[in-house]
Amino acid sequence: MSEDKSEHIMPVIGYVGIWLCLIFLTGVTVAVSFVDMQNLTLFTALFVATIKSTLVLLYFMHLRHDQPIIFYMILACLGSYAVFVILTYSDYLYR
Amino acid sequence: MNPDSKNFYEVARGLTSWLFTTDHKRIGILYLICVMTFFVIAALLGITIRLELFSSNSEAGGSLLGGGEIYNRILTLHGVIMIFLFIIPAIPGVFGNFFLPIMIGAEDVSFPRINLLSWYCYIIGAALALFAILSGAIDTGWTFYVPYSAKTGANLILPLSAAYMLGWSSILTGINFIVTVHRLRAKEMKMFRMPLFVWASYATGWIQVIATPVVGITLILLLLERFLGIGIFDPTKGGDPILYQHMFWIYSHPAVYVMVLPAMGVVSEIIPTFSRKTIFGYSFIAWSTMAIAAIGSLVWAHHMFTSGMADESRILFSFLTFFVAVPSAVKIFNWLATMYKGSIHLEPPMIFGLIFVLLFSIGGFTGLMNGTLSIDIHIHDTAFVVGHFHYTMFGGVGVMFFGALLYWFPKMFGRNYNKKIIYLCGFLFFVGFNMLYGTMKWLGIQGMPRRYADYVPEYEFWNRVATVGSWVMVGGLFLMIFHLLYSVFKGSKAEDNPWEGTTLEWQTTSPPPLVNFNEPPQIPEKPYDYPEEVKS
Repeated sequence: MSEDKSEHIMPVIGYVGIWLCLIFLTGVTVAVSFVDMQNLTLFTALFVATIKSTLVLLYFMHLRHDQPIIFYMILACLGSYAVFVILTYSDYLYR
Repeated sequence: MNPDSKNFYEVARGLTSWLFTTDHKRIGILYLICVMTFFVIAALLGITIRLELFSSNSEAGGSLLGGGEIYNRILTLHGVIMIFLFIIPAIPGVFGNFFLPIMIGAEDVSFPRINLLSWYCYIIGAALALFAILSGAIDTGWTFYVPYSAKTGANLILPLSAAYMLGWSSILTGINFIVTVHRLRAKEMKMFRMPLFVWASYATGWIQVIATPVVGITLILLLLERFLGIGIFDPTKGGDPILYQHMFWIYSHPAVYVMVLPAMGVVSEIIPTFSRKTIFGYSFIAWSTMAIAAIGSLVWAHHMFTSGMADESRILFSFLTFFVAVPSAVKIFNWLATMYKGSIHLEPPMIFGLIFVLLFSIGGFTGLMNGTLSIDIHIHDTAFVVGHFHYTMFGGVGVMFFGALLYWFPKMFGRNYNKKIIYLCGFLFFVGFNMLYGTMKWLGIQGMPRRYADYVPEYEFWNRVATVGSWVMVGGLFLMIFHLLYSVFKGSKAEDNPWEGTTLEWQTTSPPPLVNFNEPPQIPEKPYDYPEEVKS
């Protein structure tokens, strides 16, 4: 492998911006937990967590700038996770 | 080849040259020493189990081992060592490490230090597991099912930590194989020119990376349940104990494919080599490998048909289970078609390859019986399941571990073994194996439960046949192990390509040099392309 001193794909300020977004979204998760949203509480928490993990994957883990194969690999992991959840849920749906 | 170049054994000497090595071949040898040691220990424990079952206690006037508690501990020890310390790491750890980089024309794996770390994780996990069982910590069985495991007074930290470390070892090996295949292939080595053993190791790597973390998370949740009472598995707090079983088997069923896919990869190397013929349906076998990895990840709940799951879900998982048979059958038929009109050479590795095809087919068919919901209700937790499991795992993976060892032995050690002794060992193994596990299936259908230290006198005859079979089988295996050990030091010098193989490992010296090749290897357009004169 070549000693690739990887150039900064995006400026440091960009990373700081993403970090601030993550802090903000954490605040949203905490704030939402104090609001009685019935069944939507869990959905909202998972939705915000999904946005946060997407940001981490795209920017901190450089997925946005990496080769497509890496993207597909992570997609395979996420797809597997979705299938695990759906098949497990088939038990709870009918029990 | 440069005859003066040193092989990888000669470039460094001493214990530290092994304990701190980052050479994939040496790490493979380290795994070999460990897994063989654990195999011998676990096989002796298996013999002890069979001795206890030689007679019905009421007939014999008492238990050989003095009670069910010791029997249970030996049974757990046998299972844990065989599964976690032998079968799972055996083929990827030994032959994957040693041959995957060579077969794609690379000098090493992508992350050599992580490769060594993986071995250390394995050793730490093994030490923790053995200490946990020998100190009597485990009273839950190897599955750690809740609610008992959440409440038992036994210290489960040790065995759970052991499982965690062994999981890390598996993940690190998987990551290394995936990255190595994508990043370090020789320029001309396209994906569909790779040997099928590499494909199998690659698919195994994906299962290791995707499924293993699930069991890690499950074990952490179990600890949180025990110490903080979070209630995720506790119905009184809105939790569900069957969720634990789902999460446990989401890993532990694909783990079966972590074991068997590399074995199938070895068969795909051996059969074309000893048929002197291009493998039939290369791309079908490659894709069926990936299909087994994918479909095999969807069928975990067939282990839970009697757990109290929803009927609809049981039907769904039973239905999905049948699909695994399709890519498995693709492989079996393609291997048979490869042999058709081939110039078959019945060398020892080929004998073991054929034993695999027969025993694994029997195991596969009985697996379909287990996967059939109605039949499973009858045979669940009987000796039939034990028989089926050993046909697939021992008759499949165990056989191909030894098949791989016989196939690559000249390359790994630069020595030959005595073929006549190995033929005798193979014969003893085959006869003993079927006496042992075939009778288990029969006993199971008759209703003999598994995991018990005793049985009613009506089962005694077939249990005695099984126990005698275990002596014949283990006798054959131990004779082979001791002969191979002898041959490492005293065997005659091996040629570089004694089997006329066409994959890249046969282009280098026996044993290979540190950087695997003294000269750049020639990448063939097809991995098993035999010229006409060799075929004849």
